[in-house]
Amino acid sequence: MKLKKGVNIIDQHDKFGFYCNGKFGGNFVAETARKPIEDLSKLFEKLRKSKKFLKKRDFYFKHYLGGETPFFKLNNLTKYLGGAQIWCKDVSAINGDAHKAYHATVNALICKESGKKFIAGDTGAGMFGKNLALAAKEMKLSAKIFMGTKDISRQAPNVKFMREAGAEVVPVDSGSKTLVDAVSECMRHYVSNCDTTHLAVGSAIGANIFLKICAWSTSQISRELKRQLIREFGEIPKLKLINVIGGGSSALGFWNEFIDYDKKHVELIGVEAKYAAPLATNAKVAILHGAAQYCLVDKEGQIAETHSLSAGLDYPGSSPLHGLLKDTKRARYTLASDKEALNAFKLVSKLENLRPSLEPAHAWSECIRIAPKLNKTDVIVVNNCGKGYKDKKIYIENIGYYPK
Amino acid sequence: MKNSIDNIFKEAKNQNRPALISYTVCGDNNKENSLNILNSISENIDIAEWGIAHNCPTADGKEIQNSSYRALTNGIKLKNIFQMVKKYKKNKFSKPIILMGYYQMIFNYGEVKFIKKCKEVGVDGLIVVDLSYPDNKNFARLCKKNSICFVQLIAPTTSKQRMKEILKVSDSMVYMISMISTTGSALKVTTRKIMENYKIVKKISPYKNVVIGFGITEKTIGKLKSADGLVVGSAICKEITRSLNNRQNPVTNVSRLVKNLKKKTI
Repeated sequence: MKLKKGVNIIDQHDKFGFYCNGKFGGNFVAETARKPIEDLSKLFEKLRKSKKFLKKRDFYFKHYLGGETPFFKLNNLTKYLGGAQIWCKDVSAINGDAHKAYHATVNALICKESGKKFIAGDTGAGMFGKNLALAAKEMKLSAKIFMGTKDISRQAPNVKFMREAGAEVVPVDSGSKTLVDAVSECMRHYVSNCDTTHLAVGSAIGANIFLKICAWSTSQISRELKRQLIREFGEIPKLKLINVIGGGSSALGFWNEFIDYDKKHVELIGVEAKYAAPLATNAKVAILHGAAQYCLVDKEGQIAETHSLSAGLDYPGSSPLHGLLKDTKRARYTLASDKEALNAFKLVSKLENLRPSLEPAHAWSECIRIAPKLNKTDVIVVNNCGKGYKDKKIYIENIGYYPK
Repeated sequence: MKNSIDNIFKEAKNQNRPALISYTVCGDNNKENSLNILNSISENIDIAEWGIAHNCPTADGKEIQNSSYRALTNGIKLKNIFQMVKKYKKNKFSKPIILMGYYQMIFNYGEVKFIKKCKEVGVDGLIVVDLSYPDNKNFARLCKKNSICFVQLIAPTTSKQRMKEILKVSDSMVYMISMISTTGSALKVTTRKIMENYKIVKKISPYKNVVIGFGITEKTIGKLKSADGLVVGSAICKEITRSLNNRQNPVTNVSRLVKNLKKKTI
């Protein structure tokens, strides 16, 4: 299997929505949801070609989300680690505090175009939930956010944002009470209300159209980064792009424009949480939430429980697109433990004026691991995809403080 | 075959009533009870659907989720389900049995191996909730090859064109979902509306046995009795939950419920 050059990775599927010769993706959904999903696919294909819609999207990205997020060198961390140059694409500086802002905004815009008045989404860390709630408010839609009760408690600051924005937060108390159960419940809600409700799946997962919309939206990150790299270096230097992987939405956005580059030129490195790492641990392929993907399962085929301090990474599955990137060896996947992520946060927040959330702290951990072994000419860029405020309590509980 | 799905429908039609199809989750609330429940209701049902519990169901309502949860907590495995089907089929009052589940459970076991095993233990039909047309073409072919009835689903959202395509390739039994919903919510459309949809399906395929499911209870079953068949699932699962909560015997309670359901279809 080879990736097609010059074709956006989201479009490298067959007519049934499968990637990689039928191995990943597809549309494993109930008959009831078939038609609404087909309608949504048609609408999305139309909108992504419509100049008017793209203008609207760009307008919202610029004026509502605050425009280009910063890209800068981390001099202290570079000096401290003594190897590669370390740069930060600080996506957390966006209005909305995480890459999910792009995806939530686009979904609200699509919902508006579809004529539906209700929007439903799942959330783990609460970043997608918060941004969807805000976007729904902005566009006068009624939002329902599905969230596991464990996550409601550990990501309380984001729940507050959602409620203040007027969204209904639906607590999901089944199974592990985390993201996987929130997604299931949200999909069930969609099956029951697909005639009136737009489903905004919070990550690059789900039936084909949902992961396409997600990765299409977050790809704004790599469009910006490409411009910023050329501005700084005059060319695309030898790069390592490090990104955390939960469902995989931020990485796909961060990497999108760079997939056609040779991997010796631009290396793509994904970092999963140690006990939620289907890609790094060569998990089996399983069908979860509408798609075939690398996924942690037990012997019987039941979806396995995961464990991570980070709510956004506490998910057994992975994006079918990451399956494709893994199988074609375009991206490399590794993992970081809770402790490694916490240590990375400590170091990065001590040396730099950055307060990453637990999710990107995993990416920072890999950066810290490999930077000393590299040369000055190597450029590492880490996607700092979420702000740490939401994890303040967890940081204090685990490392004793949260820096000012 | 005397006891085949097709004959069962013929027989019910001769008696001028719809076939009554039960849905329970295999292993709910434990292995022994679920087999006892099925045995005890068999004289009043025409076909038994047995659910394969999965821990990430995307189309089940609360009642069936609870049932699946109980079955999984009590350790149900595919291996047990096959053994239990085999055991059930030895009962001389047994009815055709359809296994219903999510594709992941089959995919994980291996499609070919799964269907072979089904044939071996006497499974008559299969419903795979999240393997819809046209993605199910290959699977449907495998079922046909092994004389297992692959039951296609039709929903209120299914367009007429798609309906025609599905019916064209479907086996003799087709499952019509009554409303836009997960399993087991209260009916949110009128029974008249459901029968209108049913007639559309029957007009396209008069000779297929079309069964209606989702939201059917003691209250609504009587008004739908002109259909070829009616599936009651969540109402039974709910009765199991109620019995357990009241420390009553789910076997006798479910048996009574099914008897009443049967009465209302005559």
